[in-house]
Amino acid sequence: MEAPRIDSGRIAEVSHGLDRSEVERREKVFSVSDLSVAYHGNVALDGVALDVHKNTVTAFIGPSGCGKSTFIRCFNRMNDLIPGAKVAGTVLYHGQDLYARDVDAVEIRRRIGMVFQKPNPFPKSIYDNIAFGPRVLGMRGSMDDRVEQALRQAALWDEVKDRLKDGALGLSGGQQQRLCIARALAVNPDVILMDEPASALDPISTTRIEDLMHELKRDYTIVIVTHNMQQAARVADMTAFFSVLVDDEGGRRHGILVEYDSTTKIFTTPSDKRTEDYVTGRFG
Amino acid sequence: MTSTALPSSIQGGKPRRAWRNRVFKLAMLFCMFVAFGTLVVLLVDTIVTGWPALSEQLLTGLPSTLPEEAGARPAILATLYLGALVLLFSVPIGVLTAIYLEEYANRERWWNRAIEVNIQNLAAVPAIVYGILGLAFIVRGIGVGRVVLAGGLILTLVVLPTVVVASREAIRAVPDSIRQGAFALGATKWQVVWRQVLPAAIPGIATGSILALSRAVGETAPLIMVGAITYVAFNPTLLGPYTALPVQIYNWTKQPDADFQTLAAAGAIILLVIVLSMNAVAIFLRNRYRKQW
Repeated sequence: MEAPRIDSGRIAEVSHGLDRSEVERREKVFSVSDLSVAYHGNVALDGVALDVHKNTVTAFIGPSGCGKSTFIRCFNRMNDLIPGAKVAGTVLYHGQDLYARDVDAVEIRRRIGMVFQKPNPFPKSIYDNIAFGPRVLGMRGSMDDRVEQALRQAALWDEVKDRLKDGALGLSGGQQQRLCIARALAVNPDVILMDEPASALDPISTTRIEDLMHELKRDYTIVIVTHNMQQAARVADMTAFFSVLVDDEGGRRHGILVEYDSTTKIFTTPSDKRTEDYVTGRFG
Repeated sequence: MTSTALPSSIQGGKPRRAWRNRVFKLAMLFCMFVAFGTLVVLLVDTIVTGWPALSEQLLTGLPSTLPEEAGARPAILATLYLGALVLLFSVPIGVLTAIYLEEYANRERWWNRAIEVNIQNLAAVPAIVYGILGLAFIVRGIGVGRVVLAGGLILTLVVLPTVVVASREAIRAVPDSIRQGAFALGATKWQVVWRQVLPAAIPGIATGSILALSRAVGETAPLIMVGAITYVAFNPTLLGPYTALPVQIYNWTKQPDADFQTLAAAGAIILLVIVLSMNAVAIFLRNRYRKQW
């Protein structure tokens, strides 16, 4: 039987992805094995294993309820904040287990930044939004320089340099999201997690965020959850496809990792039928 | 068919539901008039009655058995002292309690749920009950005596549940995305609460606290219980005997001489001015610092 070939007209071309072999030559930032997450005993995600490599963009795609957002929140232990959430398995970060007993979640989050689905600037000035992170972490050096650098990295400086003291809530949605990215960059993180960062934005703002990801991957490791397959195809080097597994007996649903490979492979010659159905739009 | 011609169904007379619409609108207007009209009549009556007695003498004078010489300075001062004490005690205790309940308490633990239910109930306890409690425990129990400080503590007990409830509302209104954003930058719980949640909640907390305070300032019953006495011919001190404006008004109304009734109305005007200015400050704060999320 022939390997599945997908009609290339149906999805955006994979424009910037690295080869899998190239990705795997790079240092492992995260190594996840046998990870499962449950909320109040209800399994949301089960049996996930994958590696994330340095200076790459890794995308998680899949239908609603497949646990991709739950999964990304395991990398900076944001699930700790949800009452009743329980994470089992290991997440190694540069070889250290994030869920080991003596690991402090606060210390993890200063190295692994996060950008959320809905822009969530603090109700303060643009300047204070950026300065908040460095201030709470007690970082030394000129705050003005730090703020400028973060805003430049997030391609927002030219738009806001004359109104740094204005409230951040007055910015447009796309600007707010880039402010949130700048805010995450200001604490010099190692990794940036993005949970559907463009899903609330218009197409032009979305393009700007995507361009930004290409820039940022030179200095950072990026993990992104997205609903938008074209977006994954445009920005990611590696793509993981998650799906929902329904139990035969109880009808319980939980997320599983179906396939993890280079973005090119996932979008052109996936090995799993479920991935193929999803990326060609036959499902989800 | 010309463009101006309309189908008869929308041109015709008013259908029944339009009529019903008007009836309900009138009923609501009537209810509002009953509620608001009563208030206006009371206010106008008080102002008209009390106006002649509203004088410098009333504001700065000392009480007297002669109505034309009587003033309410000790009572006004004591009421202001009581207000300051209530703010001083109830805001820190109330806000910290609210922070604990909203940000730290694990609702799966029964004792936290019990505290929550009890605070809701305490807010509904009649003030006189706090008066009795205060008499037993504060005035006599720990022996503070019938002084301004004791009155302040008792009024604090009266309004504390209200301050807690208002502060919790304000803290809960801060979107969770703000907390998540701060946590994701490596802030500790304390930093998140102190630097993000609390500043964002302050307008709501201030509004709630001031409204609670204006309630405290108008309370009479618990203060009568714990011995705000009628005749105080000197300025009050923290640990001295006192009377309060509402108590003073109450006592004037009991006098047989009609001139004292006028004085009581004038005292009520002063109390109203104090309370309404506090409410104005609360409304100003709310409008000035209201957040759009």
